[in-house]
Amino acid sequence: MPGKLKVKIVAGRHLPVMDRASDLTDAFVEVKFGNTTFKTDVYLKSLNPQWNSEWFKFEVDDEDLQDEPLQITVLDHDTYSANDAIGKVYIDIDPLLYSEAATVISGWFPIYDTIHGIRGEINVVVKVDLFNDLNRFRQSSCGVKFFCTTSIPKCYRAVIIHGFVEELVVNEDPEYQWIDRIRTPRASNEARQRLISLMSGELQRKIGLKVLEMRGNAVVGYLQCFDLEGESGLVVRAIGTACTLDKLSSPAALLPACNSPSREMKESPLVHPPSHGCRSTHNSPIHTATGSRLTQNFSVSVPTLIYTGMGSGSAGKEGGPFKALLRQQTQSALEQREFPFFTLTAFPPGFLVHVGGVVSARSVKLLDRIHNPDEPETRDAWWAEIRQEIKSHAKALGCHAVVGYSESTSICEEVCILSASGTAAVLNPRFLQDGTVEGCLEPRLEENLPAGCGFCHIPYDELNMPFPAHLTYCNNCRKQKVPDVLFTTIDLPVDATVIGKGCLIQARLCRLKKKAQAEANATAISNLLPFMEYEVHTQLMNKLKLKAMNALFGLRIQITVGENMLMGLASATGVYLAALPTPGGIQIAGKTPNDGSYEQHISHMQKKINDTIAKNKELYEINPPEISEEIIGSPIPEPRQRSRLLRSQSESSDEVTELDLSHGKKDAFVLEIDDTDAMEDVHSLLTDVPPPSGFYSCNTEIMPGINNWTSEIQMFTSVRVIRLSSLNLTNQALNKNFNDLCENLLKSLYFKLRSMIPCCLCHVNFTVSLPEDELIQVTVTAVAITFDKNQALQTTKTHAEKLLQRASTDNEELLQFPLELCSDSLPSHPFPPAKEHLESASSNSGIPAAQRDRCSSWIELIKLKAQTIRRGSIKTTVTVEKASPMGEGNFRNRSAPPCANSTVGVVKMTPLSFIPGAKITKYLGIINMFFIRETTSLREEGGVSGFLHAFIAEVFAMVRAHVAALGGNAVVSYIMKQCVFMENPNKNQAQCLINVSGDAVVFVRESELEVVSAQQPAANCQPSCPGGEVTT
Amino acid sequence: MTSELDIFVGNTTLIDEDVYRLWLDGYSVSDAVVLRVCSGILEQTGATAAVLQSDTMDHYRTFHMLERLLHAPPKMLHQLIFQIPPSRQALLIESYYAFDEAFVREVLGKKLFKGTKKDLDDISTKTGITLKSCRRHLDNFKRVFKVVEEMRGSLVDNIQQHFLLSDRLARDYAAIVFFANNRFETGKKKLHYLSFGDFAFCAELMIQNWTLRAIDSQVDDMDMDLDKEFLQDLKELKVLVADKDLLDLHKSLVCTALRGKLGVFSEMEANFKNLSRGLVNVAAKLTHNKDVRDLFVDLVEKFVEPCRSDHWPLNEY
Repeated sequence: MPGKLKVKIVAGRHLPVMDRASDLTDAFVEVKFGNTTFKTDVYLKSLNPQWNSEWFKFEVDDEDLQDEPLQITVLDHDTYSANDAIGKVYIDIDPLLYSEAATVISGWFPIYDTIHGIRGEINVVVKVDLFNDLNRFRQSSCGVKFFCTTSIPKCYRAVIIHGFVEELVVNEDPEYQWIDRIRTPRASNEARQRLISLMSGELQRKIGLKVLEMRGNAVVGYLQCFDLEGESGLVVRAIGTACTLDKLSSPAALLPACNSPSREMKESPLVHPPSHGCRSTHNSPIHTATGSRLTQNFSVSVPTLIYTGMGSGSAGKEGGPFKALLRQQTQSALEQREFPFFTLTAFPPGFLVHVGGVVSARSVKLLDRIHNPDEPETRDAWWAEIRQEIKSHAKALGCHAVVGYSESTSICEEVCILSASGTAAVLNPRFLQDGTVEGCLEPRLEENLPAGCGFCHIPYDELNMPFPAHLTYCNNCRKQKVPDVLFTTIDLPVDATVIGKGCLIQARLCRLKKKAQAEANATAISNLLPFMEYEVHTQLMNKLKLKAMNALFGLRIQITVGENMLMGLASATGVYLAALPTPGGIQIAGKTPNDGSYEQHISHMQKKINDTIAKNKELYEINPPEISEEIIGSPIPEPRQRSRLLRSQSESSDEVTELDLSHGKKDAFVLEIDDTDAMEDVHSLLTDVPPPSGFYSCNTEIMPGINNWTSEIQMFTSVRVIRLSSLNLTNQALNKNFNDLCENLLKSLYFKLRSMIPCCLCHVNFTVSLPEDELIQVTVTAVAITFDKNQALQTTKTHAEKLLQRASTDNEELLQFPLELCSDSLPSHPFPPAKEHLESASSNSGIPAAQRDRCSSWIELIKLKAQTIRRGSIKTTVTVEKASPMGEGNFRNRSAPPCANSTVGVVKMTPLSFIPGAKITKYLGIINMFFIRETTSLREEGGVSGFLHAFIAEVFAMVRAHVAALGGNAVVSYIMKQCVFMENPNKNQAQCLINVSGDAVVFVRESELEVVSAQQPAANCQPSCPGGEVTT
Repeated sequence: MTSELDIFVGNTTLIDEDVYRLWLDGYSVSDAVVLRVCSGILEQTGATAAVLQSDTMDHYRTFHMLERLLHAPPKMLHQLIFQIPPSRQALLIESYYAFDEAFVREVLGKKLFKGTKKDLDDISTKTGITLKSCRRHLDNFKRVFKVVEEMRGSLVDNIQQHFLLSDRLARDYAAIVFFANNRFETGKKKLHYLSFGDFAFCAELMIQNWTLRAIDSQVDDMDMDLDKEFLQDLKELKVLVADKDLLDLHKSLVCTALRGKLGVFSEMEANFKNLSRGLVNVAAKLTHNKDVRDLFVDLVEKFVEPCRSDHWPLNEY
């Protein structure tokens, strides 16, 4: 239980001048942990004091070790008056509490003052000795690892993924306590920083306890948020996914360990030939069905609905037992859980079986004072309610789990919108239970096999679909049904087959709202919400079609509430999934067809839209095998708009209204421009400018279609605030302003980063807030990564090859497996490429290939299938290694000895979970920092821009310093969770709160890795001297 | 719709060299934007003027924040706030301390602390360098001067160590500091034909040969002040003119040394007495501060001008 915390204060540098007379400072340091304080000697008259103190030892409970931050205060000694504080450093010692992470914290920390910012640096060494076996003590949860990364961390293997953990603690906000009226802003800010630090420590400890209860040893996808509820208090809440992780340690154990999940999966069908053979007979009905439908399609391509019903009926029957079985297993695995939610957005191969679609829930609440901080029941109940709703939505989609789950709030005065969203999914139960071994022996659905499309297949029963949907057969395997559009909140699965590149798609929306009080306000907001959701969704759908894409990943819809308006901002990455049907175009219809000029105008618009679609296709290299469309056709005549969103929002009255966002019975995707409003919409559709050439952007981890990253990365945060000019704003003007704001911001980013071309902005994260009546604040954090254009060409070439193959095989109806499986193993490929070319050429003419003898194609099918399976297993091991670079890593870094190098080492920061061209060898612990900065001399500090610019730079600096002190050289999964900025220019004041988090890691460049593994001793100092690597 | 706040902060501080140049040259944001537009950047990148404005503002803000660190370059090396690759840091420092020779020529040898400030306006109009840039120049000189003024050891090394400048730039600064310290008069019309480079060359030789450390390298003293003893010794040189024998001896020695190396040897030989007298007289007077200041004027008057009147193609030394 007890532990001994040891702290040594070494030196200071660049201290500010505190004594005007001598231009020097008499500095000393107070070291505080819990209620114990130590002091160093006063080092007289120096701006670079060398204290070289003894080891200050604190004997403390590990519970305290988890909750309390180490607090270091640098002061200027004053004989006659009170000592002046120079600044503070808070050090979270949590990373020292788990065995594999850092063993020592040692380095230069910026000394931070909430009024003056960074004032010099201090060199500190911190160590912890833990005495007992940690797990015996249930009040503490030392040893549970936390990761912000929303996938299984690179040097670990997930043994079991237990599921959702959440916790919430509340307290009074010091800023609103009576004492705040008499204390200085500095004291108030420090009280706040300290309280939040304490609360997040406590929260983490409590979550850790829950994880231990579930027998896990780690939390992945840990997301902690603050709700500054103002008068009613301060809420710190966190969600995460409990896991049991295995460290991939020795190179020998590494390879099998890492590959086993995929290998098991892929090989099991071979091990059980009966089930395999059985499956192929299952296939036959579909195929005949498809075949006959084909011929029918050729006539005019209007198959009857009845026919479709039949086809799907047979599919349903055969799929039935398997699905039911799987469902049963998953259910039993998930049953014990109250909420089968996962905050992960990327998964081990085989984990994700099907994806249903986005589920989300919102609720408008009126905040009241939290009377008893120890019993945060109201807030708990609110969230429980929302989660329940999410769960039921997922169920309606035929899913038992929700992945890519996240929660957020938006607060304005006493109104609060709670939102939760995720992606309904069917998961493979194997990872969810302890009985891992049996899991892999169970018969699997064939969807598991074609890795590239399995997740697209619908999880729900198509006979009673939760919403009017439009289904087609999967373009990839032709066996299972897929929706025509897929929306998800997760990252693109690694094995998904994508055509072309992806792009960032945003829907932006503002709605004015009357100012109102309390309940009236809440009602007004909840009345507006469904309309906003609907419009955001429509916009997304339109833009997606305009980009000629058919799926959205990483969808994040943020609704922000302000005094007199609501803002909606949805960001997602659009891609063209090969498995899903080609999206239909957008048709424009006018309401008054008799007017000639109007008609002309409409056709003009239509032409513009069609041109844009064509241009986008070219831009994003989307050239799907159109031939397949022609030949196979779609079972339902016109592509019909359909929704993958099922949402509802409830008011505080608990009244739940379901909102179906599908566009009802409308058959084609038609935009009716019957009024100026709609006109505006169409215009705004067309005003979205694509990024300049050489730039790509997405909000997911990786950009689909780009895989040859080079090592240059640049993480950045950009903030913009605009003041709306007029008081009598219309919705349109507001929308335009908001749209321009976002577009201009993006343009600025492209311009600023032009030296990195060709590059891609990844993980573009927009946050909107409405700090005041007429102010809109947009914060963007993203990372720009360069990539190699030459290699890109190469990959597009192979990609094109792939496409050719696909085209040819499509005609032969052999597309049972994603063909990328074959492309890598060309030597064993049955057809030489040249022949393929010929074939595809011939097939371009359409009929001959389609008329091919069905029998022979059947035989070929079976042959090829057998081959592909074999090859498939080879290939997938490769992909696994790609997906988790640690797979081939045969180097493990021991705890890095602190390197007393005086030059500042480079610390990389990225919102992604990986660093391109490098291998993460060690996770050092979570970084979770909260800062407040205030100024009473705003003009002198360069106005609001100068103030915030300096503050964000300081926050970066403090994060880097902490990582460097832990012995790391990068932060991954970095996220700026909050950036609350308030100004009062009349008083020359401003205040800003920033909350950031991420995972501190040690990485080694892949190029260095070979050298390093050959020379192990050298490796040990490699990451500890990051000063040596000068890359960005 | 007005933009209240607009910032961009990168983990690695973004530095646009062109904008840095404009900032150093003392252009205001709006002027810089105009200049950038003229450079055709909009056409190249397809950006709008608003984007350019925001970008320029942003860079200027960054530079403004960096300026504090540029004043003490070693701080730049150890600071944590801006993550800048070392090569970039060096570039920032070097360009910050780089100067316009036209400006230096104006202030060379002047007292750096008084009087010159109000003349900056004149210098600015005269040289076409913006006032802001003039001020930066002058502040740089003053800063370097102040830091190394009281320091022992080699002047160039000191400057290099405390300002992390390149060798070349450090030498130039050493010359500036040396001139400022000894307040050599360089502004007289007669000296206008001399460039900064000429003076810097003189300064280097003087530092090498005429200062305290030059006499005894063991004495770890300053490079700044001329060696009083040496100047005293120079006074003794009067004998070279007064005593006929010594004059002849000196002449023959110099002639042997220079024979073949000088194109105008014969003229030199002919005029040796005059020239030598001029030089020796200048040298002998150097014990007085005022005369030290006028060293270059005197040299030109007494030595260079006679030479030039004889159409020597060479400069002094």
